[in-house]
Amino acid sequence: MKYALAFIGIIAGTLLTIAMMLSWERPPMASTQIGPRGLGMVEINNPRTEAKLQKANVAPEADPPVKLSGVKVKDSKDYQNVQVLGDLDVEEFNRLMGAITNWVSPEQGCTYCHNPENMADDGLYTKVVARRMLQMTRAINTMWTPHVAQTGVTCYTCHRGNPVPANIWFKNEGTPQAGGMASSRQGQNLASKVVGTTSLTYDPFTPLLAKGANIRVDATTALPEGTSKASIHDTETTYALMMHLSTALGVNCTYCHNSRQFASWAESRPQRVTAWHGIHMVSEVNETYLGSLQSVFPKERLGPSGDVAKVNCATCHQGVYKPLYGAAMVKDYEELRQPNP
Amino acid sequence: MIQYQNLYNRVQVHGPADMGVPMNETGMFERQGTPFTSRLMGLIGNAQIGPIYLGWLGTISLVCGFIAFEIIGLNMWASVNWDPVQFIRQLFWLSLEPPPAKYGLHFPPLREGGWWLIAGLFLTTSVLLWWVRTYRRARALGMGTHVAWAFAAAIWLYLVLGFIRPVLMGNFSEAVPFGIFPHLDWTAAFSIRYGNLFYNPFHMLSIAFLYGSALIFAMHGATILAVSHLGGDREIEQIIDRGTASERAALFWRWTMGFNATMESIHRWAWWFAVLCPLAGGIGILLTGTVVDNWYLWAVKHGVAPHYAFDMWAPVLDPALKGQ
Repeated sequence: MKYALAFIGIIAGTLLTIAMMLSWERPPMASTQIGPRGLGMVEINNPRTEAKLQKANVAPEADPPVKLSGVKVKDSKDYQNVQVLGDLDVEEFNRLMGAITNWVSPEQGCTYCHNPENMADDGLYTKVVARRMLQMTRAINTMWTPHVAQTGVTCYTCHRGNPVPANIWFKNEGTPQAGGMASSRQGQNLASKVVGTTSLTYDPFTPLLAKGANIRVDATTALPEGTSKASIHDTETTYALMMHLSTALGVNCTYCHNSRQFASWAESRPQRVTAWHGIHMVSEVNETYLGSLQSVFPKERLGPSGDVAKVNCATCHQGVYKPLYGAAMVKDYEELRQPNP
Repeated sequence: MIQYQNLYNRVQVHGPADMGVPMNETGMFERQGTPFTSRLMGLIGNAQIGPIYLGWLGTISLVCGFIAFEIIGLNMWASVNWDPVQFIRQLFWLSLEPPPAKYGLHFPPLREGGWWLIAGLFLTTSVLLWWVRTYRRARALGMGTHVAWAFAAAIWLYLVLGFIRPVLMGNFSEAVPFGIFPHLDWTAAFSIRYGNLFYNPFHMLSIAFLYGSALIFAMHGATILAVSHLGGDREIEQIIDRGTASERAALFWRWTMGFNATMESIHRWAWWFAVLCPLAGGIGILLTGTVVDNWYLWAVKHGVAPHYAFDMWAPVLDPALKGQ
């Protein structure tokens, strides 16, 4: 009996050790103090995964600048149906088209969007999408500088050589439920990757990054004066989005917040203001730009609920606090930083 | 060498079962089950298992508890569309959720929290009947009712979380879901929603009593084990007739920290620390949202939260207020 117990203990211990080694990260970690001491405001990074991440997030080299021909696209007979980039010099335009191909469809080439018989043809939906995305890129670079600053974004920031960016989201109804009179999950309680394998709201994006629901949950007065109507469920949804933000940027809560009072702006880092603009930017991108493409995308590009693919923090950031570690690509493609015509 | 039975004694009694005192109350159940001995159980306690006294209270309590357990479990299983593999894989994530906020205190449809209310009713009935049972069994044995009142402290916290506070808030959505990880996520969200529970003084007290209980338990357990070879584990006898074990234990603490509890008072220390943990915690939960909406701001107002100089960067302002 005694030996049997010891035997079971050794087996359980071995299994737990193996599970630990497979799922945990080994020390040592690098830590940097980022706030007043005594508050645990420390950024913790794993130098080993950090090295891999740095390799995976390198901006491609910019194409060499071209000699301008002096002819604008809109004045050239060779270029028809150019609705957004008409003000560009022809040479500049061709350079950009080449760059976009490298950024978005390096394997599929020009014909991913263009009909080779007639480059002006809008027959392929991808061309209509690409046009809208150019407008979006320009809007982000000119109107959302509180978030993207002078670094800006290009197609590559999200696409990274994939026609469809790797990190997108659709409305998520979760796995099937029995329904009928059986209890509903209320949008929670599945081991969901997007919220760090917690049981929090598995689709915080639809309410908070597409429908503009209130993200703030804390009362702003000590005593109950009705300054917050948020339920515990609302709080869990905000919490879920914050889990996503943290994962998408590869940072801890304290990168923006002083965790003793998440709501307090006076005790937050300036990064929180950048993130605040980012959340609003993403909501606008989803509503104004991707939302407008609902009827353009073919059925197979839509999500299980028939909605368009949308963006969240991970779409650009991909695990890094600044996409591509802050590489300023747009300075080599100033045409992407012009106001939309 | 004299050896007295204690936890580390290798001697186990495997003899004729001890049936205890005879039953003499009229209308009482008989004790159920044929007693047997278990070597495995003998390693951690008494080797004799049974007989057990269930009675009406125990039987109904177990039935109600089973009904609650079934309602919770079946609803969890339904939430993965009766998939047995997913039920096992996601068991720790699955939950039976309280009603959404829109229903307030009204009875919601079954699928939207109705089952939660029913499960709560059965679980509460089960727990309360078990409480009456601990009270009545203690009385039947001529004991004090200390166990029942300690249990009542835990029931107080359970009722505050699941019933009293939600009723005061006018909303069952404030209550805790029945689920392993979901109730932990609830705890984290609850603290965030009400401005950080660590600044709630009753939460502080509750933590002090919780850690204090662990400390006292360790001190007492260690002291008694250290003198058990001298008969120190016969505590009740030592209360009346202080022997060498008790003397040494007392001397030890008097030498190390100048003060010692007595064989009797140490158990009052332990009982009160344990009981005050859920008692203070329950008060803290009850005040949250009903009387205080943001514990951090409350702590700032009353000089509890320390001030830190955030001078490593320019002052941060709420960007939502900039347009005003």
